Amino acid sequence: MEAAIVFLPLAAAILAGFFSRFLGGDRFANLVTCSFVVLAAVLSWITFFRVGFGGEGAEHTIRLFRWVASGDFVFDWALRIDTLTAVMLIVVTTVSALVHVYSIGYMSHDPAKPRFMAYLSLFTFMMLMLVTADNLVQMFFGWEGVGLASYLLIGFWYHKPSANAAAMKAFLVNRVGDFGYGLGIFGCFVVFGSVELDQIFAAVPDAAGTTISFLGGEFDAITAICLLLFMGAMGKSAQLGLHTWLPDAMEGPTPVSALIHAATMVTAGVFLVCRMSPIFEYSDTALTVVTFVGASTAFFAATVGLTQNDIKRVIAYSTCSQLGYMFFAAGVSAYPAAMFHLTTHAFFKALLFLGAGSVIHAMSDEQDMRKMGGIAKHIKFTYAMMWIGSLSLAGIGIPGVAGFAGFHSKDVILESAWGAHSGIGNYAFWLGLVAAFMTAFYSWRLLLMTFHGPARADEKTMAHIHESPPVMTVPLAILAVGAVIAGVALAPWFTGHHMADFWRDSILILEEHKALENAHHAPMWVKIAPLVFGLAGIAVAYWVYGRGLERGRAAGQFLGPFYQFSLNKWYFDELYDFLFVRPAFRIGKLFWKKGDGRVIDGFGPDGVASTAGRAAKAISLLQTGYVYHYAFAMLIGVVLLVSFYLLFGH
Amino acid sequence: MSELPIMGPALPEIFLAIAVMGLMMVGVFVKPDRALPLVSALAIAVLLVAGALIAAGGGGYQLAFGDLFVVDRFAVFMKLLVIAGSVLAIIMSEGFIRREGMDRFEYPVLICLATLGMLMMVSANDLIALYIGLELQSLSLYVTASLQRDRLRSTEAGLKYFVLGALSSGMLLYGASLIYGFGGTTEFGALAAHFGELESVPVGVITGIVFLVAGLAFKVSAVPFHMWTPDVYEGAPTPVTAFFAVAPKIAAMALLLRVMMGPFGGMVGEWFQIIWFVSAASMVLGAFAAIPQTNIKRLMAYSSIGHVGYALIGLAAGTEEGVTGILIYMAIYLVMNVGTFACILSMKVKGRMVEQISDLAGLAKTKPAMAAALLIFMFSMAGIPPMAGFFGKLYVFRAAINAELYTLAVIGALASVVSAFYYLRIVKVMYFDEPAEAFDPVETRGLKAIIGVAGVIVLAFIFYPSLLADNAAVAAVSLLQG
Repeated sequence: MEAAIVFLPLAAAILAGFFSRFLGGDRFANLVTCSFVVLAAVLSWITFFRVGFGGEGAEHTIRLFRWVASGDFVFDWALRIDTLTAVMLIVVTTVSALVHVYSIGYMSHDPAKPRFMAYLSLFTFMMLMLVTADNLVQMFFGWEGVGLASYLLIGFWYHKPSANAAAMKAFLVNRVGDFGYGLGIFGCFVVFGSVELDQIFAAVPDAAGTTISFLGGEFDAITAICLLLFMGAMGKSAQLGLHTWLPDAMEGPTPVSALIHAATMVTAGVFLVCRMSPIFEYSDTALTVVTFVGASTAFFAATVGLTQNDIKRVIAYSTCSQLGYMFFAAGVSAYPAAMFHLTTHAFFKALLFLGAGSVIHAMSDEQDMRKMGGIAKHIKFTYAMMWIGSLSLAGIGIPGVAGFAGFHSKDVILESAWGAHSGIGNYAFWLGLVAAFMTAFYSWRLLLMTFHGPARADEKTMAHIHESPPVMTVPLAILAVGAVIAGVALAPWFTGHHMADFWRDSILILEEHKALENAHHAPMWVKIAPLVFGLAGIAVAYWVYGRGLERGRAAGQFLGPFYQFSLNKWYFDELYDFLFVRPAFRIGKLFWKKGDGRVIDGFGPDGVASTAGRAAKAISLLQTGYVYHYAFAMLIGVVLLVSFYLLFGH
Repeated sequence: MSELPIMGPALPEIFLAIAVMGLMMVGVFVKPDRALPLVSALAIAVLLVAGALIAAGGGGYQLAFGDLFVVDRFAVFMKLLVIAGSVLAIIMSEGFIRREGMDRFEYPVLICLATLGMLMMVSANDLIALYIGLELQSLSLYVTASLQRDRLRSTEAGLKYFVLGALSSGMLLYGASLIYGFGGTTEFGALAAHFGELESVPVGVITGIVFLVAGLAFKVSAVPFHMWTPDVYEGAPTPVTAFFAVAPKIAAMALLLRVMMGPFGGMVGEWFQIIWFVSAASMVLGAFAAIPQTNIKRLMAYSSIGHVGYALIGLAAGTEEGVTGILIYMAIYLVMNVGTFACILSMKVKGRMVEQISDLAGLAKTKPAMAAALLIFMFSMAGIPPMAGFFGKLYVFRAAINAELYTLAVIGALASVVSAFYYLRIVKVMYFDEPAEAFDPVETRGLKAIIGVAGVIVLAFIFYPSLLADNAAVAAVSLLQG
């Protein structure tokens, strides 16, 4: 059954990608991909209930066949089914299935629908490969596979230069992270002698304290491996420093943004850290780094989100920020909290993206919020969906009772950060609180700018505004249900009393790391603080944007440089352009023009050829046609030969 | 009255000499318009009979004319190649001489006389016999080069060839006299015995050898005695050029081999530098100087200079393996050169001969069969496997490596890379350029057959290399032991 979950999307991708032309075109492609992925989603839920609530022994590994056997380097294609995987399975397949269905409506005007659906299914397969991997190499296969699918889908509208550039950027920035991930795999093989997860985890306690020497320095082996793996996670999950590709990735169709760049692929880094928790637990340094990067990203992305005008970019920075929350949760050893937020976030962020897609669809492909406004009454359903998503994202609820999904997961993360009782934990806690304030602010800024106030679009667009068809609204409704109840329903199992029964051995938390335990005994002010910050954010948003854009503009002018700094995304793109892109181009040009052109071609092919040509001309000049020249040459030849013998002979 | 000298081994030459005189009589007494075809046919027949006599005479070591004349397996091998070259030259010239105003019966007669000279050269066992054979051949060739008397280029070519040839003959004679002065004899066997006893070689002898080699190098057109070659090849009537490119080269190479390995065979260490230099210079010049050429006959002149350079590698090695390599090389050279010249003789547009490389443009479209044949010959000349030309180079390079002449082998390999450029350029012109005016149909069956058979031999050599290699090896052994 688990194999079916993984391979159904692959079959769908192959059928839709290669055969829909012969088997019925768009309708066939839609039918086969949607039905296969929905089936996979149903099977995933069954698996989730079996494994998650099945108690001891429900987890298992399915070995498909041997992949590599080279000396000690042995591993299989295998599906590792435990709670962690099961959670990822439902997240991936559910969101994927809904996005597949939604795409039928959203892409209905696109001429290349089968290709789109095939890419989506291919992505789903690769993502499932990633989460079910039982060794690091297979995970790397999925890891690169989702990167490929992401590349293909960002650049889906390949006639747009900006889409191509964004696709390349995503791929290249991810390569930086992948480089670290690859080294991490090598490091695991060196230190543990295996790339299979079970063997690595078994060997970790003994390996604690060993060192790797590299370039004359001694490094703690476990810390080095963790940091290298985390580098991969940073790339995939768009953490501070390697985040620049994610906003640009919004060039892709909106369903892609919802599936890949919000709900699933970008969370692969979080999954990786949780999956490797048995290693990370043994390196406090690595956990500190994870916490620091996560908290900083949460704060940084939120500040940028405050000022963006493109509706999808706001949500993209919000995604980046929420991923930061997940990472610092993992960094304080609250892996279940990270996974919890991952799950709820998948629902409400996909909801927000698909809702934004519905808005864009209604507004004739307009994405600039400054040109929206006043459309709430035209698309009431979408408006309601966006409200639900925003409430969930902002973490609204009644402490101790119930709330939207994001309320439960975000609170437990912040409480865990507080519960770590460490300097870095406090750093994460306070930055997280400030980010929560900003999250609420930009969420309502988005709602107010998009739906309220006077209509700023032209009449033609306004006349054309319509609610999306059911094929798009039904998935929204399902996601909305998730965004409302996922927190209440899952909290006891994910982070509550049944936590140990639920996660069992799939996540390891050492005895001395008590952040999550302490979180349950946090004082009242810690529990209330996130809600207060969130409500404050909403209130400020109403005060600024409640009556149009004037106050916002005035605030921007008042804040001057700060506003510019945020609007320009902390100048990361400019900085990277200066530090890496342009030097790389310069070096490339140097090697191309000087190195290849002048040195290699100059002295190699071109030089030899032109020398040969010149020599040939010179020699043919000797052929004057005069007999006495010819005779002279013969005599010179004889003289030279005789002289040679007279001078050098004997 | 003294006893008649032994003449039996020279029977083919004697037959040829008498028959040539008979041919002249025939030519004089039949009607002028019938003379040429008749004499040509008879000349071919005479040459074939001479060839049969040579083959029938066998290869045992025999001396004649008071040791002036020698027959051995080596002589038989080389003479058959020479005869083949002469016969093919007459066949190829058939259409051309009728058209281009040189339809005189003297032409086949002169070819036969030259052939007679070559046979004498191959069998020379004495410096005097060498000179007589050489001059008979040379004088006939001077005349054939200028046979197109009303064409300036042809007469110029003949004159240049003659003047420079006279100079080279002078050098050869001077060298021979020096050698006689130090050796006290002109007979090869006695010279070899005499020099074998010397502890050190006098400078005079070396000087003599240098002059002798200069004279012979002129005949094989090796650098720096090659200067006549491009002008004569270009100026002479094309069938004559084809003849020049094949038979005299083989005969002169045979003579060079016999002289160097015979009387001076014991002094390889003393003279191999001469051959080394001449060989390297020929290969390099043949490779580079051909690049800017636009006339295909001139290009073939430089090509032949280069090929002589490769063949001389075997002589520089001075071993039995080296001699074998030369024999194989010359045989293959004969086949591919004859084939190429048969193609060049078919380069005719509306009854007018053309000889620019650019005239070949698009030949693959207008005459695919001829283009394919020329492609095979060019690949073979460039030494690209599996064509025969590759094996020719392989044998001599292997001999050079085994004789530890690494530098020479490397120079040869590099030169063949450079030379590949102009061979492949012809292929490029034929296959990738826009078609020029189409050629007329190949005019005689003889030409067609020569192109076809030569192409097949060049292609099929890889399957039966031993047919040639074994005979060449036996011939080489007989030269060294004789």
